Amino acid sequence: MISVKNLCKSFDGKQVLKDISIDYKQGDCSMIIGASGSGKTVLLKSIVGLHSPDSGEIWYGDVEYSSLPLEEKKKLRRKAGMLFQGSALFDFATVEENIMFPMDFFTDWSRQQKLDRANFCLKRVNLENANKKYPSELSGGMQKRVGIARAIALNPEYLFCDEPNSGLDPTTSIVIDQLIREITKEYNITTIINTHDMNSIMEIGDKICFIYKGEKLWEGTKDNILSSDCKELNDFVFASNMAKKLKSFI
Amino acid sequence: MGYLGNILEKCGEYCILMRRVFSRPEKWSIFRKQFFNEADKLVINSIPIVAIISVFIGAVLVIQSANNLENPFIPKMYVGYLTRESLVLEFCSTMVALILAGKVGSNIASELGSMRITEQIDAMEIMGVNSAGYLILPKICSTVLFNPLLMLMSYMLGLVGGGLIVLITGIINFSAYMDGLMFCFNTYYIFYSMVKMSVFSFIITSVSAYFGYYAVGGSLGVGKSSTTAIVISSGLILVSNLMLTQLMI
Ligand SMILES: Nc1ncnc2c1ncn2[C@@H]1O[C@H](COP(=O)(O)OP(=O)(O)O)[C@@H](O)[C@H]1O
Ligand SMILES: [Mg+2]
Repeated sequence: MISVKNLCKSFDGKQVLKDISIDYKQGDCSMIIGASGSGKTVLLKSIVGLHSPDSGEIWYGDVEYSSLPLEEKKKLRRKAGMLFQGSALFDFATVEENIMFPMDFFTDWSRQQKLDRANFCLKRVNLENANKKYPSELSGGMQKRVGIARAIALNPEYLFCDEPNSGLDPTTSIVIDQLIREITKEYNITTIINTHDMNSIMEIGDKICFIYKGEKLWEGTKDNILSSDCKELNDFVFASNMAKKLKSFI
Repeated sequence: MGYLGNILEKCGEYCILMRRVFSRPEKWSIFRKQFFNEADKLVINSIPIVAIISVFIGAVLVIQSANNLENPFIPKMYVGYLTRESLVLEFCSTMVALILAGKVGSNIASELGSMRITEQIDAMEIMGVNSAGYLILPKICSTVLFNPLLMLMSYMLGLVGGGLIVLITGIINFSAYMDGLMFCFNTYYIFYSMVKMSVFSFIITSVSAYFGYYAVGGSLGVGKSSTTAIVISSGLILVSNLMLTQLMI
C-alpha cells in the first residue's frame, strides 16, 4: 500500500507536478498514464525517492518516506524493485552478475545460493541461456526481462516500472506486460507502472490515473476509461484515427 | 554574483558528494574487489604511457642541459645533477599528474557520466546501495595509494632515458653523468614528490568523479563533463602544486 498526498515538485521554478494525491493497493497493477513530458517519470521517481518533492507526503504502509532517517530509507528501498525506461542494466556486469548485484550487497548467501536465485529469476522471466552475456549483446526485449529479473531478485514488496514497453514491438510489449502482471499477482506486490501505451493500459491496468501537464485529471479503471467525459483524457485515449472511428461505434 | 554563486554551489555539491563517498562501505569484501579492479584499470593501465614519456623527457633534459652548460668552468656532472633534480622536483609528479588528469580523468568522468545518464546510478540507489561510495571510493583509494609508485617508476625511467642518450650520443662522459646523479642526493625530495603525487591523484579522481557523477544532458553532457573534469583538475593541480611547494620545500 502506497499513498501519495498533495505531492508538488518543480525544477528551476517550472512546476512539473501539481498537488497530486493517489493511493496504490497491494496486488494491483496501478498505472500512471499521460503524454510524453506530462511528468510521469518525475512522479515515479519522487515516489521512490530519487527526486525529493517540494511538498507533500509519500506513505509506504504506515511510514512517511521523507521523515525517515537515511538508514531507514535505505532499508525501505531494499523492499523495492524498479524497472527503468532504458533498462539501466550495469554494462560492466554479465546478465547473472546484474541479477546477483543486490544479493552481493544485502544477503550473506553463498555464491551457489545467489546463482540459484538468479537462475530462478531468469527462468521466471523466460530468459534462459543468456547468463554469461553482457547487456550490450541483448535485444531490447531481453534487456527488459533482465531488468525485471533484477528488480524481483530480492522478493520486493513494491515494483516500479517506467515505460516497460517503450521501444518494443507490440507482441513483445504484451509479453512483458503480462509478465509484470503475473509477478504482481503471484507475489502480491504493489506495482506502479508508467506508460503511454493504450494496449498495456487495456491489458493490465487495474487502476489508472491520468496525468496531464503535471496534474491528475482522472482516475478510474480500464472498464470506464473509454466512457469518461474528461476531454484531455479522451484526446489521449482516442488520439489515432482508428481509435476515433472505434469511438463512434461505442 | 551569479558566477561566484555558481562556483560556491558546485563546491558545496562536491563536499556533499565526498561525504557520501567517505562513508563506511556496506561490505568490505565488495570494496576490496573494486579496489583491485580500479588499481588495474587506473594505475596499471597508465604504466605504458608514463614510462614512454618519462624515458623521452629524461633524454631531452640531458640534451638541453648539456647544450646550455657549455661553459668549461662548469663541471659536466652538473648535467646529471640538473636532470635528476628537474625530474624529481617537478616532472615526475606535476607533469605526470597533468598527463594522468587527461587520461584517467576523462576515463572516470565519462564512465560515471554514462552510468548517470543511462540511469545505472539511479538503479543502484533504488536498491539501497550507496552508489557514490561503491563507485568512487575504490577509485580514490587506489590512485592515492598507488600513483606515488607510478611517480617512482617515472623517476627511475627518466634517469635511465638520460643515461641512454648519454651512452648513445656521448654528449657528456657517462661517468660524469653518474657522478651527477649521486651528487648532493636528497631523499626528502623523493618523499616530497610522492606526497605531491598523492594529493594530485586525489584531485584528479575526486574532481573527475564529481563531474561525471552529476552529468546531465545526454551523451553531449557526458562529453562536456569529461572536458570540464580535465580542465578543472589540471587547474587545481597547478594551484595546489604552488601551495605544496611553498609548504614543503
Ligand atoms: N531533472 C530534471 N530537471 C529539470 N526538468 C526536468 C527534470 N526531469 C524532468 N524534467 C521536466 O519535467 C517534465 C516532465 O518530464 P517527465 O516526467 O520525464 O515526462 P514523462 O511523462 O515523459 O516521463 C518535462 O517537461 C521535463 O522537461
Ligand atoms: Mg518518462
